Amino acid sequence: MTHPIRVTVNGAVHELTVEARRTLADMLRHDLGYTGTHLGCEHGICGACTVILDGLPVRSCLVFGVQADGCSVRTVEALAPADGELSDLQQAFSDHHALQCGFCTPGFLMLAEAYLASGADLDSEREARELVASNLCRCTGYQGIVDAILATARARRGSAQHGSAQHGSDGA
Amino acid sequence: MIGARVPRSEDLRLLTGRGRFGDDVASVGQLWARMVRSPVAHGRLLSIDVSAVTGVTRVITAADLPVVHRIPVRLAVEGPVLDDFLQPVLAGEVVRYVGEPVAVVVGEDPYACEDAAELVSVDIDPLRAVTDAADGQVAVTLTAGYGDVDAAFAAAAHVVTAELAIGRHSGVPLEPRCLVAVPRPDGGLDIHGMTKVPVFNRDLLARMLGMDPALIHVHAVDAGGGFGVRGEFYPEDFLIPWLAMTCGRPVRWAEDRAEHLVAVNHSRQQAHRLSAAFDEDGRLLALAGHVLHDNGAYCRTHGVAVPELTIAMLPGPYRVPAYRGRIGVVLTNKTPCGTYRAPGRFEGTAAREHLLDIAADRLGIDRIELRRRNLLSAGDMPHRRPIRTLGTDLILDTGDYAALLAAAVGAAEKLGYFGRAAVPGMLRGTGLAMFVEKSGLGPRETADVTVTPSGRVLVHAGGTSFGQGIETVLAQIAADTLSVPLSSVSVVVGDTDTQPLGTGSWASRSTVVGGSAVHLAALAVRAAMGTEAAAGDITARRTFETAHMTYPYGVHIAAVDVDPGTGQVRVTRYLVAYEVGRAINPALVEGQLRGGVAQGVGGALLEEFGYDQDGQPQAISFMDYRMPTAAEVPAIDILLREDARAPGNPLGVMGAGEGGVSAAGAAIANAVRDAIGLAGSVGRLPLTPSRIMGLIYA
Repeated sequence: MTHPIRVTVNGAVHELTVEARRTLADMLRHDLGYTGTHLGCEHGICGACTVILDGLPVRSCLVFGVQADGCSVRTVEALAPADGELSDLQQAFSDHHALQCGFCTPGFLMLAEAYLASGADLDSEREARELVASNLCRCTGYQGIVDAILATARARRGSAQHGSAQHGSDGA
Repeated sequence: MIGARVPRSEDLRLLTGRGRFGDDVASVGQLWARMVRSPVAHGRLLSIDVSAVTGVTRVITAADLPVVHRIPVRLAVEGPVLDDFLQPVLAGEVVRYVGEPVAVVVGEDPYACEDAAELVSVDIDPLRAVTDAADGQVAVTLTAGYGDVDAAFAAAAHVVTAELAIGRHSGVPLEPRCLVAVPRPDGGLDIHGMTKVPVFNRDLLARMLGMDPALIHVHAVDAGGGFGVRGEFYPEDFLIPWLAMTCGRPVRWAEDRAEHLVAVNHSRQQAHRLSAAFDEDGRLLALAGHVLHDNGAYCRTHGVAVPELTIAMLPGPYRVPAYRGRIGVVLTNKTPCGTYRAPGRFEGTAAREHLLDIAADRLGIDRIELRRRNLLSAGDMPHRRPIRTLGTDLILDTGDYAALLAAAVGAAEKLGYFGRAAVPGMLRGTGLAMFVEKSGLGPRETADVTVTPSGRVLVHAGGTSFGQGIETVLAQIAADTLSVPLSSVSVVVGDTDTQPLGTGSWASRSTVVGGSAVHLAALAVRAAMGTEAAAGDITARRTFETAHMTYPYGVHIAAVDVDPGTGQVRVTRYLVAYEVGRAINPALVEGQLRGGVAQGVGGALLEEFGYDQDGQPQAISFMDYRMPTAAEVPAIDILLREDARAPGNPLGVMGAGEGGVSAAGAAIANAVRDAIGLAGSVGRLPLTPSRIMGLIYA
């Protein structure tokens, strides 16, 4: 059984027909060519396939493509501001040696991106570690990932505070 | 440039979703493949009925192959003949483990292939499954040693014996295996997804297919973790290319995780019984080890390298006047075994270091002092042991083991590892273990370095990229040797056309032998640039050859909390002190060590491929094969030392790929024993809550 769907991926609208059982991960990778999303276990444990679906991080191996009908999906390909550049989060991953083979990396990036964008607190190593414990990495021992996410959270909070203070003084 | 913590050149593509993993390669007209695997651990294969199968192109069984090849040993050790134990690419008459390939389905759609594979009816007459190595057929017995061991034990003031078994676990990289084979109009074949030893695999595949190796092009790919298991030649590495040639169309295959956990090389499962003879002062007189290695159903490409390494490396960093190691390699009806990061050393180090802690308590000597008393000294170097391993003489080439031990203990003291008050209700323990690694296995590695007229430096090296940062490391070496900016260097590894003589990335060898080859080639280019008019490319190919390995060493210190109510073990602190000779990029060395510790925590506490009595695997998903998350791995303190330059290579480097895991089982086992206050051994790893409860309340 196939279904026509319409899904926005990284701002581009795609209309396609998919089998009801086709996972969002396979649809992204094989039908639409977003191969940055990786499949590590296909049963929702490792989190390598994490993408942002209407603002929420989801395991794309546990979501069917048809469930994304009418939705907006963000994948790792959309994180960088421009070709050859990195977002602050991506740059922090490189700075803190938070990746080795890079296979799990898109999942951690999308998980952290969604979490940070939600405005949830991320102040301590303990909180960062709890977030990072959602996904599996087999190379790094996690410390770099924890440090990179924590550093990004602090930098974003710092610039947000800095930005609003400036805004306040402008108003005065 | 050498020694700098430069950011990795691999990062940009991997962070932006532009990595080149094998399963990212799509080809026009591609077919998909799905393996049909034995559901029975041991039995006679009576028939394979495909009459119910619809919707796919072909189903292939052993009967459809012109020759049912058996996969040969890549890493042969001297002596044993293993021909009778090699795995066929498809089982024909007998199946020997759950997961053994018996057929392949190919078709236009991967989901339809998976449906079809379910409809293949495999009729097997079950035979008795051997799941305990104590009941199995001993395929080979290996021995190593020197000196009069029996006399030393007879004269000893103290003899201490301990047993420790290591559970079956493995590398389990996060990217499952995959392969894409694309036939070319010229009769050749393009392969994506081979890694680790692409040139060896190309040559073997060419032999099996009856092709000239020059017609097979293995392309460079990113690979999602190696750890010893990825990139060895598995049945699929023949079947997928053969299907592509036979069908005349590209064939694409990616295993799922459930398959991976029964198909990829398992490792580690060994039972050790070690005895040490000491004099009155606690000085070692002799060491004797008897080991049983549960090899699984076949000898794969590593042959008996893991058991050989176990007994070759068992004496470790100590002065052992007489030694006898004996290991039986037993066939069982489980997934076949191969190497996993620090093969033989994770296991042997755990057994030896656990024995030393037990001996220290028995002799009434401090655990660290007992080690200090028995370490080889800087003046003993180079120390030749009359032992052969991996075709080389075992010569510990350099080092000051006692200095590193003192530094590690000093650092741990300063960081508050010892004598901390226990959390109420918890049992607190600290464990230390020392080890010698091996690295830089030859016999050779080749690199081509080219400087173009525009000043671009191209490095075409052996080795492959699976996360260790080899592209960055080789670029640093080339840039350093040529005195050019790092940004002007491009490195390609793992491509059989650009480096047809590469010998691969394994055994912590790439920086040592591959890096040395790049260094030599860059030196030659530099010399040529001084003499030649720069009208065109200046290229040099150099091969670095070495007959001996280089031996890094280290100390692990673990602090644990054991919950006597639940049996849960939490690793609270972890320190690795490691001598690397010279760190090309210290950040990457530290990353290797940290990642190794995490895998060691898994092997010590969490990960195990269990089997029931019929040989049915009990760990076939990540819900039952438990790899550590960030919640189980603590922050790791690293003491990276560059005090002992390796004498055998021009860079002075030692390998860094395995030292993070080598002593992790040992340090954690010793910490748990300390916490519980056991007089004897913890018995076996992993130390799961139920085993801990057994130890506490036995």
